[in-house]
Amino acid sequence: MKKYLLKRFIMSIITLWTIITVTFFLMHSIPGDPFKKEGKMPPAVYENLLKKYGLDKPLHEQYVIYLKNLLRGDFGDSMKSRVETVNDMIRRGFPVSAYLGLEALLIALVFGPTLGALAALYQNKVPDYISMIIAIIGISVPSFIMGTILIQFVAKNVSWLPIGGWGEFKHTLLPALAMSLMPLAYMARLMRSSMLEVLNQDYIKTAKSKGISKAAVILKHAVRNAILPIVSVLGTLISNLLVGSFVIEKIFGIPGLGSFFVKSINNRDYTLIMGTTIFYAIILITMLFLVDIAYMFIDPRIKLTKEGR
Amino acid sequence: MEKLLEVKNLSVSFKTFFGEVEAVRNISFHVGKSETVAIVGESGCGKSVTANSIIQLLPMPPAFFKNGEIIFNGENLLDKTEKEMQRIRGNEISMIFQDPMTSLNPTMKIGKQIVEGLVTHQKLSYSDAKDKAIEMLNLVAVPQPEKRINQYPHEFSGGMRQRVMIALAMVSTPKLLIADEPTTALDVTVQAQILELMKEIQKKLNMSIILITHDLGVVADMSDRVIVMYAGQILEEGTTDEIFKNPRHPYTQKLLASVPRLNMSRNEPLHSIEGTPPDLYIPPKGCSFYDRCDCAMKVCKDHMPDFDAHSSSHKSRCWLNHPLAKIASGRDK
Repeated sequence: MKKYLLKRFIMSIITLWTIITVTFFLMHSIPGDPFKKEGKMPPAVYENLLKKYGLDKPLHEQYVIYLKNLLRGDFGDSMKSRVETVNDMIRRGFPVSAYLGLEALLIALVFGPTLGALAALYQNKVPDYISMIIAIIGISVPSFIMGTILIQFVAKNVSWLPIGGWGEFKHTLLPALAMSLMPLAYMARLMRSSMLEVLNQDYIKTAKSKGISKAAVILKHAVRNAILPIVSVLGTLISNLLVGSFVIEKIFGIPGLGSFFVKSINNRDYTLIMGTTIFYAIILITMLFLVDIAYMFIDPRIKLTKEGR
Repeated sequence: MEKLLEVKNLSVSFKTFFGEVEAVRNISFHVGKSETVAIVGESGCGKSVTANSIIQLLPMPPAFFKNGEIIFNGENLLDKTEKEMQRIRGNEISMIFQDPMTSLNPTMKIGKQIVEGLVTHQKLSYSDAKDKAIEMLNLVAVPQPEKRINQYPHEFSGGMRQRVMIALAMVSTPKLLIADEPTTALDVTVQAQILELMKEIQKKLNMSIILITHDLGVVADMSDRVIVMYAGQILEEGTTDEIFKNPRHPYTQKLLASVPRLNMSRNEPLHSIEGTPPDLYIPPKGCSFYDRCDCAMKVCKDHMPDFDAHSSSHKSRCWLNHPLAKIASGRDK
């Protein structure tokens, strides 16, 4: 187990380094740079700006300098914001996005698998149809449409909740709901199909033959075996929810991390692009690792050993 | 002998997209106390449906009981509610399934799986349940039971898993054990061990067994009486001796002739029964074995014969039993 963890850690570092390197060079190969767009800038000012951020040096030197700073945990100064460093921006935006993301995750986790399991238990009956209608809506309606619909009907028409903004719990409900629908629907569909499969397994029949109640058969025997596919998608899902959504944050006016992902690229804000990418990569790698550990606890047949799995 | 279970005129059908499949058609039989009754027949003849009907584990729908009664201990199981059936399942009637590799929950420790039913039925404490699990594993000769109860099914071999399944079925000392092809998925050497074990435990706990199988070797070894099923009906019934020494129905005779023998010469072809069983969407009006029978007569096509008794325990359903047929074929010399 210890050996596995160590190996896994080293692998993660290599993965991260690969991501950093590829992103760094890809980013610099996009035409334009952070300052070219800014109107008629005197050439001398432009030169000075390049010098200030070290962009005048050869690319490989910039790369080495960046890596060195990174090792100290420094993502560098944002090339657009005059007041905040990239570290500041992540420190400010991430808690907001993460709070919203966790709330969305909670909604999705509570209702997604439950709807899926119900659909499987009542296959081709009313609960199945209702769950699957919700699932289809959740998958096919994009979050920005969902967000606007929610604003129109819940916030504007009946004013139960604020239209947008940030600060109190009531501000989080609508955006979290809008964000949760896609993962919720996805999990419902996954749960339904895996539950249907598990319910046809021989060991479910064995469980029934013991004379235990229907609820015990489902909760103790079926759900635990059916939940694995959901756990396996959870890593990606959680990371995506935690770092926030550009669209949702835009619609509801939330000062989260999500908008940085899009803005940084439009602005060619090199340090912010790197910062957000690396930050997302770290979260993703960590989540995938946690998922593998969770696997081991759910399914005893899966053993984490030095050979990998 | 006192009857523990009596099945009367049971018919079970399945509703499918293409129509109704009459899987079991009007069968009647009984199982005495501490008796072993084997139900034999080829795949799809309705043996498993019969077994699952008794313990009511058929998926309903599509399955439904058309008519009949299943009298267990003087009560009709078909009148019971699901809640009442739960009290009988795993308590008074237990079942062992065909494939030990898939019949145990892969994510639950086997000790817990063994006593789960008992805990529900008898409200045992945790430590009592644990002791009981160890005792059961001892009974089915699984070595190191104290360690084994905390292991998962994937840590057991196929034979060991079937022992666990037997322990699981026996833990509540049921009055009736239904074994649905308990040795089909096992190695021949392991098969013998499992059968020995079942016989031994049967003697100790004094219970009845319904043994579902298509392996006639197992039947000869285990059972007191044999029921031969074909296309959802019972064609012949008798003690094991009567069935093996004096089979009366052509189907039984052919079934017995299909068993390979060690003293057969290499060049001799293996016997098989030509053709396939009839389609149970449209069950034949006459004898269901008509198409494949060497002795088929005109009357067989449209009329299913009734049972004729050959002794107090032996009966079969064939027109050859008719006095006129005996003259024609000279079968009884």
